[in-house]
Amino acid sequence: MHELSIALSLVEIVEEAARRAGAERVVAVHLRLGAMSGVVREALEFCFPLAAQHTLVEGARLEIETVPLVLACDPCGRDVQPEEGSFRCPFCGAPSMHIRQGRELEVTGIEVPDPEPAMEER
Amino acid sequence: MSTVSTRLLEIRTGVLSKNDQLAARLRERFQEAGVLALNFVSSPGSGKTALLERTLTELVRAGRRPAALVGDLATDNDARRLERSGALVRQIQTRDMCHLEAEMISAHLEAAGWNLAELDYLFIENVGNLVCPSGYDLGEQVRVVLLSVTEGEDKPVKYPVLFNSADVAIITKLDLAEACGIDLALMRRNIKEVRPGITIFETSARTGAGMDVWMAWLMARCVEG
Ligand SMILES: [Zn+2]
Repeated sequence: MHELSIALSLVEIVEEAARRAGAERVVAVHLRLGAMSGVVREALEFCFPLAAQHTLVEGARLEIETVPLVLACDPCGRDVQPEEGSFRCPFCGAPSMHIRQGRELEVTGIEVPDPEPAMEER
Repeated sequence: MSTVSTRLLEIRTGVLSKNDQLAARLRERFQEAGVLALNFVSSPGSGKTALLERTLTELVRAGRRPAALVGDLATDNDARRLERSGALVRQIQTRDMCHLEAEMISAHLEAAGWNLAELDYLFIENVGNLVCPSGYDLGEQVRVVLLSVTEGEDKPVKYPVLFNSADVAIITKLDLAEACGIDLALMRRNIKEVRPGITIFETSARTGAGMDVWMAWLMARCVEG
């Protein structure tokens, strides 16, 4: 299972971004996860809180958007979604290796607490 | 739930971007040094070490200069087996790791102190696992997936992510094909189903069947000796 190592990298990236923004903790992490990323969603969800322990990310929500596999079909000249486990165009049957999306494993954003409104500081 | 107001910071960062950057640097180094780096992935017991043993031996005999980094969970048995070929071999003990990462390749190349410019091939034997190694670029120019006839025809369809990431597939243990009642044509078809355009070899490291075709391909791919 490599999801723990993925989760550790994820936490490292998020912590760095949070620090740069001057945040003291992270409330949520948004992640895009492709069907062809090789990462098992449930395993990652299990590992994330473990990896986040004792970091700024501890207790953060992990929001995963799954991205289906989309191939570019040359004969049809358009992007198509093949059936699971297949790399063929569902319309013309041509095999394709032009993966348009589905390999994603990326952080798209993080949510951090809003700084106190200026009024309350006084 | 608390009503903490939050703000969203947009960042677009690949979770494996550190690995990918390091892998890209390794690939540049290999290319500059004229080394062909191959990353061998497969399930455990696919006959990876036997194939590499024979491949290294034949390359050394042909006057080529191969080296191998061998990823293994705990033992150095495979590395010792491969050393007998006369190739440079270094063990990467992964302990609990289920895959190799670019950083490990980089560190072990450094520790081995090999002069890349003096090498023709770098074989990387990944940990026996058809899932985890798929997302980790090691800087290789060629990813080779091994599949033994004993594993059944539908393995590629069950592990499409890894098979799809490979450039070359080698069907191994060809000498056992009849005993296993394997449908080789179907196995080939299934590999191509998940990785259209892939180059497929069929070998037996035991009898040597098919080794000549594989060796000829390797020799041709090598930047002149
Ligand atoms: Zn089509």
